[in-house]
Amino acid sequence: MNVPMEQGILLAAILFCLGLTGLLVHRNIIYMLMSVEVMLNAAGLAFIVAGSAWGEADGQVMFIFILAMAAAEVSVGLALIIQMFKKFRSVDINKASTMNG
Amino acid sequence: MNILFYIAATAAIVSTLMMVISKNVVHSLLFLIVSLFSVSVVMFIIGAPFVAALEVIIYAGAIMVLFVFVIMMLNLSDEEKRKKRLMKSKIWIGPSAISLILLAEMVYVLTAQPGYAMGQEVVLPVAVGELMFTKYIVVVELAAFLLIAGIIGAYHLGQKEKTVHHRYLKNKNQEL
Repeated sequence: MNVPMEQGILLAAILFCLGLTGLLVHRNIIYMLMSVEVMLNAAGLAFIVAGSAWGEADGQVMFIFILAMAAAEVSVGLALIIQMFKKFRSVDINKASTMNG
Repeated sequence: MNILFYIAATAAIVSTLMMVISKNVVHSLLFLIVSLFSVSVVMFIIGAPFVAALEVIIYAGAIMVLFVFVIMMLNLSDEEKRKKRLMKSKIWIGPSAISLILLAEMVYVLTAQPGYAMGQEVVLPVAVGELMFTKYIVVVELAAFLLIAGIIGAYHLGQKEKTVHHRYLKNKNQEL
């Protein structure tokens, strides 16, 4: 059960970088929101690894707050995606670059 | 237990990579769910069973169901053809290089230090609850504010735009 702490942090870093790549590469806004979810999840995993390295519960408490934040962010973000799809009939964010107020 | 950690970590990385490079939105969403399950297994192995359960229930249960419903509502059949030209190598090679540089820096920083073995003990939900409602009580209330704001914002953004505010006052956006 003695997993080194560096390897847990390394897993979180790899997942974060994959999410960042997805966020930068895609122009489809649903993919971008999913990549943001991956990045938030990786940050929470880093908190939990650091918390369990010292046997403290602080990391898990922080993960619960990240979870609440992700839930609020996703609900607002998906409502915005629905509004954008109604307005432009597309989920491509290049279409939204011409919006004027 | 070590080998289980490596298997779950590999599954998480592979499924996240497949999520990024998959061309179908629904396939991508299913790969994301697999990735969340794998990360949940990792959390369980390193001694955090409570948040592993929360990850499955809230992330893979509630948030992903929201994504599934929105993708079903949007009916993205004509979007699939347009995606073919978006994945040329010219587009993804720059962001991937930047991310790889960032990852290489993090790997260097992590491997330059002496190793630190994680603790043996499992942190139970009792400790989490005690800490959350004593030391972090203000943050819990802030999270409640944030959730209320999220509910009101999602309701406001999701409702239909009114066409007529009054008998003589038409909404200008609707006339176009």
